[in-house]
Amino acid sequence: MNKILIIARREFLSRVQKKTFLLTTIGLPILIFGIYGLIIYFTIKTTDNFTIAVADNANVFDGKINQINDAEINFVLVQNETPETLTTQVNTKKINAFVFIPKTFDFTNTKDSIQIVSEKSIGIMTREKIHSKLNGLIEEKRMLSSLNITKHQLDSLQKGNAIIFTSTKGVEDSNNKAGISYGVGFVSGFLIYIILFIYGTMVMRGVMEEKTNRIAEVIVSSVKPFQLMLGKIIGIGSVGLVQFLIWIIILIGLQLLIPVLFPDLLTQMQAQPIQPGMVGAASVTQNNPAIHELMNGIHQINWGLILGCFIFYFLGGYFLYSSLFAAVGSTVNEDPQDAQSLMLPITMPIVFAMVIMMKAVNDPNSSIAVFGSIFPLTSPIVMMARVAHGVPDGVSIIQLLLSMVILIISFLGTTWLAGKIYRTGILMYGKKVTWKTIGKWVLRKN
Amino acid sequence: MSKILELNNLQKYFATQKAVDDISFNIEQGSIFGLLGPNGAGKTTLIRMITGIFYPDSGSIIFDGKKFDPINDVVKIGYMPEERGLYKKMKIGEQALYLAQLKGLSKAEAMEKIVFWFKRLEMESWWNKKVEDLSKGMSQKLQFVTTVLHEPKLIILDEPFSGLDPVNANLIKDEIYGLAQRGSTIIFSTHRMEQVEEICNHIVLVNLGKKILDGSVQDVKQQFKKNKFSITLHETPTTTISPVFSVDEQKNNALTVTINNGYKSNDVLKHFINNNNTIESFNEILPGLNEIFISLVEGTKATTREFQTVV
Repeated sequence: MNKILIIARREFLSRVQKKTFLLTTIGLPILIFGIYGLIIYFTIKTTDNFTIAVADNANVFDGKINQINDAEINFVLVQNETPETLTTQVNTKKINAFVFIPKTFDFTNTKDSIQIVSEKSIGIMTREKIHSKLNGLIEEKRMLSSLNITKHQLDSLQKGNAIIFTSTKGVEDSNNKAGISYGVGFVSGFLIYIILFIYGTMVMRGVMEEKTNRIAEVIVSSVKPFQLMLGKIIGIGSVGLVQFLIWIIILIGLQLLIPVLFPDLLTQMQAQPIQPGMVGAASVTQNNPAIHELMNGIHQINWGLILGCFIFYFLGGYFLYSSLFAAVGSTVNEDPQDAQSLMLPITMPIVFAMVIMMKAVNDPNSSIAVFGSIFPLTSPIVMMARVAHGVPDGVSIIQLLLSMVILIISFLGTTWLAGKIYRTGILMYGKKVTWKTIGKWVLRKN
Repeated sequence: MSKILELNNLQKYFATQKAVDDISFNIEQGSIFGLLGPNGAGKTTLIRMITGIFYPDSGSIIFDGKKFDPINDVVKIGYMPEERGLYKKMKIGEQALYLAQLKGLSKAEAMEKIVFWFKRLEMESWWNKKVEDLSKGMSQKLQFVTTVLHEPKLIILDEPFSGLDPVNANLIKDEIYGLAQRGSTIIFSTHRMEQVEEICNHIVLVNLGKKILDGSVQDVKQQFKKNKFSITLHETPTTTISPVFSVDEQKNNALTVTINNGYKSNDVLKHFINNNNTIESFNEILPGLNEIFISLVEGTKATTREFQTVV
């Protein structure tokens, strides 16, 4: 036992002390968050105070143009100006742009266009806003003149009633919650998928390194091959755990930092949905309850359960697959290409699990999802998709426990099986290994 | 002297082949023991059973007076395999420490011994170097140190001198003698017969999984001697025709002769004395191990036996 720990320690330290570990563990999330942060920052902070002079000679806006001003865009009604004088004002940077509406402009004619003149090209966000604001005013005017109703009246006519989905247990099964469950299930299933591949192949490469460097025989004269394999698996598994822990800490840290870095981010996000095209004066009022509901949905998710299951299936799946990857690594000779064909039967179920997971995340109680979440080769990935929908909505407690027990039994089984292959493979040089020979090793006693 | 290792009727089969087929021999404590055999003879399999990597299919191993316990006895064994290597990216000092700890030494113990051996073999300055920066000879030295570091009772060295320059080879050779003097037993496996003749007290030759020769180097040579003698006379002999011997080679006054059956060396001397020749030297020519090895192995299917390790 002690020797397994010594081996695990070396495997752990030799990876953690590498520069690349720090780079990927700390650099990567910061880089990703940094990029996202910058994108968000620049989307929100477009241009500050964009002033547009409006020469409304046809009186389209009835002088109400400054009612639609906000923090960013400032319409100013001007009189007795010609396009020429306005152009000079733009060029001298008194204003950012101007709109000249000729007397002949007929708001009922949709063919007539409004021209906005600026010195520099206007950003897409600002364009969208100007577009919707001006059109909103014109629309309203058209409605008033032809239907004799206000836009506000029209909006209230078009507005649908809220439809609320509720489970038989009386718990509100809101769309937001379903959406969040979908997201959480997908992300955690996908993470486990990535983990199995990354750390599985890490184990495999470690074993191959030991074999091709000819250190295996030196080590197995001191420890049992099984101890060596297990030590390696535990060591690399700890690297994965530590990496995840660091990521979670960084994530929480960054979340706490966001309000500090962007104090008015949240209020701005509520005031202005970022997606272009959806911007409108009306949506501002509807947005606050949506965010409220989103928060509600987030609170309805059982995060403790998800985190617990994630760690369990992360470890279970990792142990199950990494021992198989170790076995494959032990059969490879000098040529890493040999690993490819032997790896296929191991990577297939992982990919297969990913496919089932995509379905399960939509429909956690479909028969394929139930099968996938109990079958041990796919359960680490598929079960995460179901657990995200909660117990017992997404998965019954019996199925969850059954899946866990089967996974434990299976990883003990594959580790034992892999140990037999590993023990022979690690000391074997010069012969290309096929599945047939591997079968012989497994069946051999001792 | 007591026996450190007794092998009794060891057998190990792989799928279709008998890698080790009923081999028994004993090794005395403090001796330097040569385990010889052509490629694929079963040496590696035999060694792997002695080091506890493989379990024998039948037969028993008695180690240090007790039945061999692969789990606990490995600490008393140091094994330097022929196929050997180290972690390329690991620092020399850490590597030695790691391997020593795997043998069961505590960190403090291991450090103390590493420092001792590194000083002894002038390797102190290497501590923070990585294995990939070492030359082949340097990493051989490190391999040797990690093998003997924990002062094992039994040291198994498979081709220990391959890749070493003569200076370092001598250095290691002296260490081997030193270890044997301090009570360690050394099993030495090689194809280089001149090294065996120089170093080993006792040899066993295996071929096709069977033991075909067992004895001290002198005994073996006696056993395979062909009654050849070299004679140097003061002058070129007048006659060399005699029923006692036949001449294999003659260069003026130096002859090589083979004594015919039923005669003794004195009969040869008498012949020359009777012919009034002055004898300056008279020596028996013993066969070299190389010669014996080739004569025993050649013609067997040894070279066509395909596997080296496991099937």
